[in-house]
Amino acid sequence: MIAINGLQKHFGKLEILKGIDLEIKQGEVVVVIGPSGSGKSTFLRCLNLLEVPTGGSITFEGQSITDKKHDINVTREKMGMVFQQFNLFPHKSVLENIMLAPVKVKKVASAEAERIAMDLLRTVGLEDKRDAYPAQLSGGQKQRIAIARALAMQPHVMLFDEPTSALDPEMVGEVLEVMKKLAEQGMTMVIVTHEMGFAREVGDRILFMDGGYIIEQGTPAEVFGHPRHARTKDFLSKVL
Amino acid sequence: MNFFDLAYEYRSFFFSGLRYTLLLAVLGVCFGFVLGIIVSLLRMSKWRVLRFIASAWVEFLRGTPMLVQLFLIHYGLPEFGLEFSPIQSGAITLTINSSAYLAEIFRAGIQGVDRGQVEAARSLGMRQGMTMRYIVLPQALKNVLPAIGNEFITIIKESSIVSMIGVADLLFQARTITTITYEGLSPLVVIAVMYFVLTFTLSKLLGMVERRLNTDDRH
Repeated sequence: MIAINGLQKHFGKLEILKGIDLEIKQGEVVVVIGPSGSGKSTFLRCLNLLEVPTGGSITFEGQSITDKKHDINVTREKMGMVFQQFNLFPHKSVLENIMLAPVKVKKVASAEAERIAMDLLRTVGLEDKRDAYPAQLSGGQKQRIAIARALAMQPHVMLFDEPTSALDPEMVGEVLEVMKKLAEQGMTMVIVTHEMGFAREVGDRILFMDGGYIIEQGTPAEVFGHPRHARTKDFLSKVL
Repeated sequence: MNFFDLAYEYRSFFFSGLRYTLLLAVLGVCFGFVLGIIVSLLRMSKWRVLRFIASAWVEFLRGTPMLVQLFLIHYGLPEFGLEFSPIQSGAITLTINSSAYLAEIFRAGIQGVDRGQVEAARSLGMRQGMTMRYIVLPQALKNVLPAIGNEFITIIKESSIVSMIGVADLLFQARTITTITYEGLSPLVVIAVMYFVLTFTLSKLLGMVERRLNTDDRH
């Protein structure tokens, strides 16, 4: 579904990604772990070109999205993204947040968009918040709305950039629960997270990144149970 | 003649002047608002030439007296075959002048919107123009509403310079009444009160709008 070849990203002289090769299959849940500054988030943000790679290529559903002639907006409709800071639109109600992109970008009729939005609100358990504004919600509620907003575009893959890092501890569970449900429904997901328990439980494949490279990858049992690389062992010993 | 008698007797002069003052202020504010948004977007353009033109526009208009700008347009441009009526010259001057100040206000507002907002909108497939229109500008305008209000009030007051080229606005009418009645002070006091009522009302109205917007979404 997504094929990444020799992906590089530099900010001036600073090399963040030094050559990433990866293949992500339909329905796969890939969890990216690693120390701060290892390039995890930058890697994720390259997948929908929020960061424009300085080298290498990314192919999504058979199309090279790093090709200069490719219209990235069309691809972004099929790639949902959830941010650490939620980034809900504060001047719009919950329902408007979810309906905006389907109506304006995909030209879905507004009654249909509202039906989809209400379905999603039920899925994330917040149908009573449809007319609330983001400022009236807790962090966990905001992030669940943000997930619903991304899902409203009916994406083929969901990207999660540390979705629970800005949450109070007691709200982490409700967000992970929604993500777990999504994984069980067969959604293709790429998740950058520090929640090791969740990674182990939900991930089909774990990537350990450090210093701009994927150091090690494998099933949760392999990476968490029998890490081969010294840096992976070192990292896991600090976080587990 | 006392103040109130004069105000009453020459009320048609004052109201006619008020019409021109309001007309010019409204034109200057509305066109200046639109032009200001365009200039602020140009100032943040990818293309260096556009950025340069927009910056030069802002710097020139902020760095020269509005009266000089008015004279340049009204007495200077005819030399190049561009002739305007006094009202047109007045409206143009107020428009371009407010566009420069508003452009700076908008730029600050737009740059003050969190980058994550743009990223969220773009990640949903919204194009740059759409993102600007639905996500960035509404938040930016809300944040700079007090500054925009100040600019509107300034324009109402500054519009009095158009009397210098013969537009029959409030100040012009006050001076007309002086030449008729030989009353130097009273007509000026009357229009000062009128200007004050206008600006004070506007400032109170803007305060109400601001509070309304703030109850919608508190951060």
